[in-house]
Amino acid sequence: MLKDITLGQYFPGNTVAHKLDPRTKILLVVLYIVALFSAKGVVTYAIIAACLALCVRVSNVGVKQLVRGLKPVLFIILFTGILNLFFTPGERYLVEWGVLRISDTGLRNAVFMVLRIMLLIMGTFLMTYTTSPISLTDGLERLLNGLKKLRVPVHELAMMMSIALRFIPTLIEETDKIMSAQKARGADFESGNLIQKAKALIPILVPLFISAFRRADELATAMECRCYHGGEGRTKLHVLKYERRDYVALTIGAVILIAVIVLARFGL
Amino acid sequence: MIETKELRFLYPAGENGEPVFALKGVNTAIEKGSFTVILGHNGSGKSTLAKTFNAVLLPAGGKVYVEGMDTLDEQMLLAIRQRVGMVFQNPDNQIVANVVEEDVAFAPENLGVPTEEIRRRVDDALRSVEMYEFVTHAPHLLSGGQKQRIAIAGVIAMEPACIVLDEATAMLDPVGRQEVLSAIHRLNREKGITVVLITHHMNEAEDADRVIVMDEGRVAMDGTPREVFARIDELRSMGLTAPDTVDLLDRLRQSGVDVPLDALTVEECADAILKALAGN
Repeated sequence: MLKDITLGQYFPGNTVAHKLDPRTKILLVVLYIVALFSAKGVVTYAIIAACLALCVRVSNVGVKQLVRGLKPVLFIILFTGILNLFFTPGERYLVEWGVLRISDTGLRNAVFMVLRIMLLIMGTFLMTYTTSPISLTDGLERLLNGLKKLRVPVHELAMMMSIALRFIPTLIEETDKIMSAQKARGADFESGNLIQKAKALIPILVPLFISAFRRADELATAMECRCYHGGEGRTKLHVLKYERRDYVALTIGAVILIAVIVLARFGL
Repeated sequence: MIETKELRFLYPAGENGEPVFALKGVNTAIEKGSFTVILGHNGSGKSTLAKTFNAVLLPAGGKVYVEGMDTLDEQMLLAIRQRVGMVFQNPDNQIVANVVEEDVAFAPENLGVPTEEIRRRVDDALRSVEMYEFVTHAPHLLSGGQKQRIAIAGVIAMEPACIVLDEATAMLDPVGRQEVLSAIHRLNREKGITVVLITHHMNEAEDADRVIVMDEGRVAMDGTPREVFARIDELRSMGLTAPDTVDLLDRLRQSGVDVPLDALTVEECADAILKALAGN
């Protein structure tokens, strides 16, 4: 059951979307988010949606997978949608139903807000679907390299992230084992109300944490034995290099962003 | 290669609050290119001894020299660790990356080796443990023996002169153990890498050049496998067993058959028994 957790899941592939430099993809997602938040009207939203559709098409990622990513945030989407729908004051009211009134701006805001969140999530998911976690952290580290001068521990953060990603499957396996062991001794995880279920988790979490600390300790020793001494003077097996396609993609992204901002100025 | 002088080590506080001496004056030297097995029951100090070999643990008294470098000298720390690689018990807890090649590249990356050279070392290291076909696999999907061989490759990529395996076979099934053992024997034979194998499986000591038996923080026996295992009564008194072959010969002797005790392999053992039977 725990195996179904999708956390930054990566679908390997060999498309342009997969081959782009992770830094390019991160930058494109930033451009995409900026564009999304500057969008004002139907035209700008349509442009952005079209871009996303095109990228999805190119990346060979199934629409189903992309939509599945929306499921965990469904509640937030509905919540913001409903709030915007009923509680935005406007000039004209379409429906009046006691305290619940739907204004024209409310309807508009609700639709755009829901659309914005959905596009935002699908866009970022598209990046994690087409980029392996390792190259993603690699890209982040390289992008944020400049912050090292401000004493931001960029290398350490990237290292922590990649180790965390490395240990997710190991810890999931361990959790499964602990659960089986507790079940074998009569623990019950399924029945009872929410509080009882939460309480039943304690005998899983305690051994899991203890073992995680022990693992961390051993891993640190093993890393030191392999001459790890921070990011200083470190070289890389895979050095990130911008290719022509990266420049092309970034240029297209920038042009679209400018177009969206300009169009949004005119309220489109 | 590695030399210890009156080496002492103590763990700060034991169960009753008193410091526990894990090593009580160990004098030994590991020769370059040799294959040494360190045996001992739990708590005999064998793992502690191994961990002082590359400055994971620092001596509380006495000295450890790695190719003449004092492990207490902090300036030499990286150089020492590069010369003496260490493989631990749990393969899961020493694999750093989620792609095999990235993990093997970890040590050379830390040492600042140029990119093309890292590539060469990673490929060489993986070939030397026969794991090259898994170069882009995810480590957590491999078997225990395979993971442990990846861990060995990760150490080999540093191009060390010596590898210390701290109970590296203890968590493996018989097949995995055999894979790992044959990999390190090959490294010892073909690349001339000094191997120190810490274990409590007597059978792993059969092919070693030298066996050191630790007991109560001291070296109790030191010699070739034949010499050490022939002293079967002493081994038993230290809570250790002899390899099955020696054990069998010993029982035969006790029931009056005249066989020598120094036959280690199954063939030698069979020959010895045959000879004894033919003599009757």
